[in-house]
Amino acid sequence: MTAGRTLRALPTLWRIGVAESLAYRAEFLVWILTTTQPLIMLGLWTSVARLQPFAQYSSADFVAYFLAALIVRQLTGNWVAWQMSEDIRSGAMAMRLLRPIHPFVAYAASHAAAIPFRTIIAVPVAVILLVGSGSSALTSDPLRIALVLPSIALAWLITFALLFAIGALAFFLTQTMAIANLYFALYSLFSGYLMPLELLGPVAKLARWLPFRFMLSAPVELMTRTQHRDDLVRLLGGQLAWAAITLAGALVLWHRGVRRFEAVGG
Amino acid sequence: MIRILRLFALQFRVSAAAAMAYRANFLAEGAMSAAWTVLNLVPLIVVFGQRDEIAPGWDRPSALIVMGYFTGVHAVIEGTISPSLQDLVEKIRSGAFDYVLLKPVDAQAMISASRYQPWRVFDLLAAVAIVVYALIQRGEWPSAADLALGLVLFGAGVLATYALWMVCAAASFWVVRLDNLMFLLGSIFDVARWPVQVFHGVWRTVFTFVIPVAVMTTAPAMALLGRLEATWTLATVAGSLALLALSRVIWRTAIRSYTSASS
Repeated sequence: MTAGRTLRALPTLWRIGVAESLAYRAEFLVWILTTTQPLIMLGLWTSVARLQPFAQYSSADFVAYFLAALIVRQLTGNWVAWQMSEDIRSGAMAMRLLRPIHPFVAYAASHAAAIPFRTIIAVPVAVILLVGSGSSALTSDPLRIALVLPSIALAWLITFALLFAIGALAFFLTQTMAIANLYFALYSLFSGYLMPLELLGPVAKLARWLPFRFMLSAPVELMTRTQHRDDLVRLLGGQLAWAAITLAGALVLWHRGVRRFEAVGG
Repeated sequence: MIRILRLFALQFRVSAAAAMAYRANFLAEGAMSAAWTVLNLVPLIVVFGQRDEIAPGWDRPSALIVMGYFTGVHAVIEGTISPSLQDLVEKIRSGAFDYVLLKPVDAQAMISASRYQPWRVFDLLAAVAIVVYALIQRGEWPSAADLALGLVLFGAGVLATYALWMVCAAASFWVVRLDNLMFLLGSIFDVARWPVQVFHGVWRTVFTFVIPVAVMTTAPAMALLGRLEATWTLATVAGSLALLALSRVIWRTAIRSYTSASS
């Protein structure tokens, strides 16, 4: 498995992923639409802040925050943990192991293929965000605008690696759904999915040390809030560090786990 | 009718026995749903940390009661209806639905409660706990009539939710792989955590008439608080019965286009 061969296979893997997304387009669209939580939270928080700002957040700030969160969530969301535990249980993983390419790359390529379709949803939201009431709450600093895309890419990588690690747990445990659920509970609270982390008070301090903030809140903070330049270093640095940690963890778990694989029904 | 109820009880016993076979999983799932319930209270705690009211007339105890109703309806839906309907989608795909149609019981009754997640009982208990806590905070207990009405409307809320889920499941006769539709419905249903008055403009119209969140939790909570006007009470009950009738009609139409996958 050389790096060169992997690189050459990537475009093909990506095309397969696109074809898969297209084959189940109705399903896929519904799946995209399930990400409604930011919109519900938007409705809730804007009406809370309608008459007077809520802890420095005006109604327009909340609109900007949750639309930005919706974009990041759309672009970073994936279901690799569910897919992997299904493949492991059904034995389909055996096929993937036979291929001369690391399954991490194969899964990543097929999930990256979903991004163009998710963009179809994310772009109109971004436009609404730009022209709508949130425009005053957005950043105008060119450096931060330039960092938004890399930050989203890092958020995607952290999310993918973490979910890949959870998926690899299926080698050790039969029921990984409970763990995936627990993950999502922690994510909802500590990533800023339900509300800006600042509003959480003491919990926000804890959130600074967990990976979840770097999976959603970091790019959203870049897009919306005005910060000092050294905060930027902390945000991006944290993202890089967590990307490295989750990636290493995912690969270690994978290598430990794959040895136990018995190809059930394969 | 009694036959169907006995069937439900029997199916529940089988599911409970199956769940008890994996006791660790049962407890883990129970703990998980308790954790979710607490997590879902966080936004409410944060909002009321700074505000006295979330919408006119909705202070902390009354908003908590809506949350309690939501937890209750959610427990019933996730505990029985959602798993059963997922089972139905699976059966339609595999062709096993043939056997359901052959049985001398109404097919809709048969599939509406074919599978349970018994640990959702913990959620139901949490719902009661939240409502009781909210009532203590409020310092004023509902009259017997309000309590009765609150319970009746809880039933109406569950029926309305069931009907919506049923319509979604019926869609799987035409478009086989659409289990996601139920996830979508579930994520929209999350709105029901909040009194519908919190939302404004288009949102409120949608949540009152298109996806009747108001019927599911806000109206029952208002009934328990003794705030629901008679016309609204009637509209709520009528609305949920109409939804139920609609789901029945759609189900009957859908079942006609079932073409067994096995043969």
